[in-house]
Amino acid sequence: MTDFSAIDITEAKKLLSQKQITATELTEFFIKQIEEKKELNCFITNTFDIALKMAKESDEKIQKGSDLGILEGIPIGMKDLFCTDGVKTTAGSKMLENFVPFYESTVSQNLWKNGAIMLGKTNMDEFAMGSANTTSFFGNVLNPIRSDDQKDLVPGGSSGGSAAAVASGQCFAATGSDTGGSIRQPASFCGLVGFKPTYGRCSRFGMVAFASSLDQAGPITKTVSDAALMLQSMCSYDDKDSTSSKKLIPNFSDYKKFDLKGKKIGLPNEYIIEGLNEEIKKKFDQCINIFKDCGAELIDITLPHTNYALPTYYIIAPAEASANLARYDGVRYGLRENSENLDDLYQTTRASGFGDEVKRRLIIGTYVLSAGYYDAYYLKALKVRQLISNDFKNAFEKCDLILTPTTPNVAFPIGEKQNDPLEMYLNDVLTVPASLAGLPAISVSAGNNNNNLPIGMQIIGRPFEEISVLAAGSAIELSKV
Amino acid sequence: MSFFIEGDTGKWEVVLGLEVHAQIKSNSKLFSTASTEWGGDPNTHVELVDCGMPGALPVINEFCVNQAILTGLSINAKINEKSIFDRKNYFYPDLPQGYQISQFEFPIVGNGFLMIQTKEGEKRIGITRLHLEQDAGKSIHDQDIKNTLIDLNRSGCALMEIVSEPDLRSPEEAALYVKKLRSILRCIGSCDGNMEKGNLRADVNVSVRKPDSEMGTRCEIKNVNSIKFIQKAIEYEARRQVEIIESGKKIIQETRLFDPNKGETRSMRGKEESHDYRYFPDPDLPPLIISKEKIEELKRSLPELPDEKKSRFISEYSLTDYDAEVLTDDQYVSDFFEEVVKNRDSKLVVSWISVELFSYLKKNSIELSESKITSKKIAGLLDYIISGKISNRQAKELFEPYLKSNLEAKDFIEKMGVEQVSDEGEVEGLINRVLQENPKMVEDYKNGKDKLFGFFVGQVMKESKGKANPQVVNKILKDKLT
Amino acid sequence: MSIDNSIVRKVGKLAKIKIKESEENKLLDELNNILGWVDELKKVDTEGVEPMLSVFNESMNMREDKSDSKFSNNLITKNSPEKKAGFFVVPKVVE
Repeated sequence: MTDFSAIDITEAKKLLSQKQITATELTEFFIKQIEEKKELNCFITNTFDIALKMAKESDEKIQKGSDLGILEGIPIGMKDLFCTDGVKTTAGSKMLENFVPFYESTVSQNLWKNGAIMLGKTNMDEFAMGSANTTSFFGNVLNPIRSDDQKDLVPGGSSGGSAAAVASGQCFAATGSDTGGSIRQPASFCGLVGFKPTYGRCSRFGMVAFASSLDQAGPITKTVSDAALMLQSMCSYDDKDSTSSKKLIPNFSDYKKFDLKGKKIGLPNEYIIEGLNEEIKKKFDQCINIFKDCGAELIDITLPHTNYALPTYYIIAPAEASANLARYDGVRYGLRENSENLDDLYQTTRASGFGDEVKRRLIIGTYVLSAGYYDAYYLKALKVRQLISNDFKNAFEKCDLILTPTTPNVAFPIGEKQNDPLEMYLNDVLTVPASLAGLPAISVSAGNNNNNLPIGMQIIGRPFEEISVLAAGSAIELSKV
Repeated sequence: MSFFIEGDTGKWEVVLGLEVHAQIKSNSKLFSTASTEWGGDPNTHVELVDCGMPGALPVINEFCVNQAILTGLSINAKINEKSIFDRKNYFYPDLPQGYQISQFEFPIVGNGFLMIQTKEGEKRIGITRLHLEQDAGKSIHDQDIKNTLIDLNRSGCALMEIVSEPDLRSPEEAALYVKKLRSILRCIGSCDGNMEKGNLRADVNVSVRKPDSEMGTRCEIKNVNSIKFIQKAIEYEARRQVEIIESGKKIIQETRLFDPNKGETRSMRGKEESHDYRYFPDPDLPPLIISKEKIEELKRSLPELPDEKKSRFISEYSLTDYDAEVLTDDQYVSDFFEEVVKNRDSKLVVSWISVELFSYLKKNSIELSESKITSKKIAGLLDYIISGKISNRQAKELFEPYLKSNLEAKDFIEKMGVEQVSDEGEVEGLINRVLQENPKMVEDYKNGKDKLFGFFVGQVMKESKGKANPQVVNKILKDKLT
Repeated sequence: MSIDNSIVRKVGKLAKIKIKESEENKLLDELNNILGWVDELKKVDTEGVEPMLSVFNESMNMREDKSDSKFSNNLITKNSPEKKAGFFVVPKVVE
């Protein structure tokens, strides 16, 4: 069997169209990889039968040469946050351990329409709440990359299963969802490309909600070129989502024609935070030079409210979650702890069905919305969010793109940062601001540190200017830092 | 209006405010495409939003927005160009999302008012706001001994909550207010006003106070679903509050339920121990922006509203305020009236519709629109009165059997043989016979016994078996006897 | 602003999450840590700043009033832990 783990979607598409390989061969290869790499715990549910059936259909289409989708015959992983018709969808929670949707999310539907093949549902932090994939009811995911001292590392989260699966060659690409960094941070920890598009680009219909004003789907891929293809297949205007954008969807692969020469890249000094890893800082400086070499102009900018982004996020996201997760009450679907008393049924079901981190956030979220505290916390956070968003607006009057590291640190060993939720939250300090402002942001790998662990760089763009973000990501990718 | 409750310590005034929930007459729900059809097997009109499935998202129904605007315009209210949907959070089995999508701080419709016609005259009732929200599902408690069954067919149906100012002062005023609101909703077609089906229901805020003193603590009676019950609930609740205060205790602000069987209200303990609803803007729904153009366009599409119609009826048909109010209360009734009154005397038509017809309907507990009585049927009978073929009195006697029959006026009157004899020749023949048979009486009459005139009339009527037209009889008899 | 055990219990009830006595103190500490940290926001001057409800600033799409109930009650109740004759079932609620 040929080893397809070294090629990307762009290359596989070429081989498929030249009929050098078949979708079935690709699918069989990845099925074998998934079975061999079970210990990484990337998938909650395997859908091999469905995959082989989809592969057969793709092969027929490729044979005929008609109706070919952008991802025709490309096997991918689907984050277990996207509802898939007839296939268990758990959101990484005991609450939904046996939940089988009878409807399909728009993002997954779009991917299938574009010929992608579903290998399975990838592991994730419970309800996407986590930064290390350690809150999943189905066990933590291992990062396929090990440090030189051979410790087991986290893959990042919440889309940890997706990132680890792509990094370990169990699929070409996978979907993720990003609320505060859940695509970019795991991509960074696993040496991959993770792209969160502008809020509103991908429909949220059928995506299990965490924090509705922040949640946005996006791809985790090996290359920038693949990210463009995946995103193209995922996004659409969707009249089933009231926050779905009607803005024209460009051909994202046009980023290849986008010239960075003369473009202004902003460097926010607030992102060079205390505690930023020295090696990451060094890579960041190298990336500055890459853009100089491209003919871009590097300018210092200021995003003065950056420090407040994380606390703002940890009010808004739990508040929204406290309502979004109220539906898990043991009545219509999901786990039920039986009781003769309804209130007791609610309380025990939710105590037993949710893990500690989810419960912590639901309690926080309930508290900040409750009478007497709403103004001090929730309303205040909404106002600060406005200031953070204004910071970006002002910055983008002076620059076209913003370059920052993705995370303050590289992947850490499993078990670390477990005892202090705050320490875990700090993982998202550099990714959260763009989420709050709804901006497109990519993380691309900028090589490894001395311990051979990947370092990610983040590029943030103006709303709906995904193409320039992809172009800048590609510049870092091509430079092989 | 002078409505007071007599307590041991004197008179108590009742202060009332109503929150009316009107289900919008739409095909699909407020935020989902599920049908709003009433009844049906349980959970068959349910879309993902209506049962709170993971990943379900709300998408607003434009028709419902338009109906809220039209209703706002009809109650003289300000339409807010920007309004916000909020989540009202609480756990209940018929609330599948764990929150109700409603509007809290920024409703679609602001301040307005409507006029009610009390016996003392017109009274203006302020309306605080109107907002859009989702209805809950239905909990069925009586079909299973141990369990409550949940049907979500109604979950997510569009409601308009219309909140009045505490301007109402008696059960009658509350009833008039609901009737007026209902007639407006029906007129513009935003709600069918069917209270039995729960399509129109009211939460009634009741408090009592000594006249001219400060507002008392109020209790809210939830979900009262008939005008009669609203009145009864108020009467009971106001009396209960007076008794509590007069016994030296305090009113506890709470939610209560009206039990129509017992005619009592009782505390709804246990429904929600805590009323911390944690309202916050629904992040699934951007602000609702309504353009001035849209408001203008909808304004132009408004039909003639009950109050406008009332003024027109008063000037066009010379009706009294009261008659005009009664006839414009219901679109069906006003259309009916206008069909009958065409080319006929309005005084006669009004008295026949608002007195005779309405008392018949009341006696039979039926709405005009539900009855099979057509305007043509009423008009047919009135034409017989107008032409003098039957007397008003005869018509009144025949009215009920006539309405119950399937016959048109002509066939019915023929069948009953009651057509009035107005033919002068025929009447003269009868009179001649009566006069010939009573020569002595004729003599006495001519000698000044005027009272005997009535005797002759009676004899003629008897002879004609009551069919002779009394006016014709009078006229000819007078001629003959002078 | 720091909270005490009674608030943790009250909020637990509002969120309908049973908190075991043994967990209460640990949770309280964690919450106080988090709340102490988000208290940072108090330092921000937000005088005259409008709360940001959404980053989405396009007009809301409105749906035509067409009804379309796609799902049978079999499907709707398919994942339900307890159902009966098309209904969802919960322990008796006393109103």
